[in-house]
Amino acid sequence: MARVFMKGCEAIAEAAVRSGCRFFAGYPITPQNEIPEYMSRRMPEVGGVFVQGESEVASINMIFGAAQTGTRAMTSSSSCGISLMSEGLSFLAGARVPMVVVNVQRGGPGIGAIQPAQQDYLQATKASGNGGFQMMVLAPSTVQEAVDMTFAAFDYAQRDRNPVMVLADGVIGTIMEPVTLPEARSSEQVAELKASCRSWALVGHDLSCEPRALVDSGDWDTKGMEQKNIEASALYESWKKDAQAEELFLDDAEVVVAAYGISGRIARSAVSLLRQEGLKVGLIRPKTVNPFPFESFDKLDYHRVKAILDVEMSIPAQMLYDVRMAVRGRCGISTCLHSGGEILGRHEIMDSVRGLFK
Amino acid sequence: MERNLMAAGFGGQGIMTMGKLLAESVCRSTDKNVTFFPSYGAEQRGGTANCYVVISDEEVGAPLGDRMDDLIVMNDPSLHKFLYKLVPGGTLFINNSIVRSEISRTDVRVVKAPVTEMALELGNAKVLNVIMLGVYIGYTQIVPENVIWDTIEHKLANKTSLLPLNRKAFEAGLTLGRQQRGAV
Repeated sequence: MARVFMKGCEAIAEAAVRSGCRFFAGYPITPQNEIPEYMSRRMPEVGGVFVQGESEVASINMIFGAAQTGTRAMTSSSSCGISLMSEGLSFLAGARVPMVVVNVQRGGPGIGAIQPAQQDYLQATKASGNGGFQMMVLAPSTVQEAVDMTFAAFDYAQRDRNPVMVLADGVIGTIMEPVTLPEARSSEQVAELKASCRSWALVGHDLSCEPRALVDSGDWDTKGMEQKNIEASALYESWKKDAQAEELFLDDAEVVVAAYGISGRIARSAVSLLRQEGLKVGLIRPKTVNPFPFESFDKLDYHRVKAILDVEMSIPAQMLYDVRMAVRGRCGISTCLHSGGEILGRHEIMDSVRGLFK
Repeated sequence: MERNLMAAGFGGQGIMTMGKLLAESVCRSTDKNVTFFPSYGAEQRGGTANCYVVISDEEVGAPLGDRMDDLIVMNDPSLHKFLYKLVPGGTLFINNSIVRSEISRTDVRVVKAPVTEMALELGNAKVLNVIMLGVYIGYTQIVPENVIWDTIEHKLANKTSLLPLNRKAFEAGLTLGRQQRGAV
C-alpha cells in the first residue's frame, strides 16, 4: 500500500470509514474540526449519514440512536466537549451499545486552551460519566497508530458491545505525516458486520420466530441492575489480555521513562538520544491506557531500576496514579510535566533523565 | 540524520502552506519520515503563525523539536521569539523586507531575502511564501527543486491560471537561494 501524507484528524476519519463507520454526529471544537469536516464529505460517499448536531449532548444521543441498530457509529470532540457527552457515554455503556468516541485533547480544565494537552487521562480511563462504567482507551502517538487504533476500535467495540475511546491530543490531531491506510471494508462486509448485531440490535424483529430485542441503559429491578454491573465488571476484567505497550531498552535500563501519546513519542526520541550518550535508560509507552499495561512494569528488575520518570502533558500529573499502582513502591517515581497547551521539549525530558542518574 | 525546520510569521503570510508544500514534497519524493506540525492561536487572521517540519531517516520522535537546524522568519516578533531555538551553525532565513532588527547572534548563518518586495514586484504580495520556499530550497537543496515544483503544480491543479505567477515566484526564490549558497 502506498503511503499518503495526511493530517491526524483526517486520517482518523478515513480509518473509521474504512473500518465500517456509517454514522457520524458531532459538534465543532478545536483541535478536532477536521474529523467532522472530513466525515461530512465522506459519509455520503459511502452511503452513511453525517449530522452536525446542535450540541455535543445532541450528537452523543444521535450516536446512541444509530448505534443501537448495530450501525457502526462514531463521534469526536475535544476535552470540554467530551465532558458534555458524559451522560450519553454513560447511557451507551449502561445499555452496552458499541460505538467509538475520539477525544483530541486540549488544555484544561474548563474551556482551557486550544493547544495540545493530555489533561483528560483520569476522566478517560476511570470515569467518563456516572455509574462506574469503563471504556477501552487507546492512545496513539503517531498518525499511523491513530489510523490503526481507530480501525481496531470499532472491532473492539463490537466484540465487547461497549464504547471505545481513542484518546489523542492536539498534536496527533493536527500533525501531518506519511501514513499507510488499511484496506477499506467493502459495503458487503459492512452490511455483514451490522447483520451480526441482529440478536440485540433494534432492527425490527419478527416476533413469531425470534425474540424481541431491548436496549435499555437501566433496569428498574435492583437485582437486575446489579447483575448488569457484575457482567460489565467481568468485561472490564477481561481486558487485561488486551493491554499493549511499546517497551524499549528494558533489559539493562536503570531509569525507565513512562509516557503515552504525544509525550510517549517525544520521550522515545529522548531515550534514543540518551542511549547514544551511553545512559542506561529505557521506555514504557502504554498504547492502551485502559487497560493499563501493568505487566510491563512488573517485569522490571527493581534491583537495577533506580527510578521511573513519568512524562505527561498534565499538571498535576494523572497517569502517575497508574504508574504508582504498577510500581507499588519498588522504586522512586519522578515527573517531567507540562500543561495547559505548553508542549514538552525533548531536551527537557533528557535533562530530567540525566538528573536521575546523578 | 534528522533535520528540523521552523517557519514563523504573521497569520496570512502563507507559513502553513510553505511548510506543508515542503513536507508533502518529502513524502512524495523519498522514503524518509517527515512531519508537519502547525501552531497558531485562536485568531482567524493576524496573530502569530508558525510551523515545524522534521525530516528524518529514522522515525520522527519530536514533531516540534526544541532545537532548530533551520529557521525561517517572516516578521520581527518571530525573530525575537524564536532565534534562541536555532542551533549554533544553523541557518536563519529572514524576510528582510520587514525584519529590520539586528541579528543578535553571530554563531548562525544568515540568508536575507526581501520576499515581500519581490512579491510586490511580481504583482501579488501573496506569493511571498512561495518565494521564500524557493530561497530555502535553492540554498539547502534539501529536496530536489523539481519535486517542490511538482507539488505546487499538483496543489494548484484546479487553479492553473495561478501557475505562471507561482512559477516566477519560485524561480526568483531559487535564484536568490542558489546565489547565497554560492557565496558561503
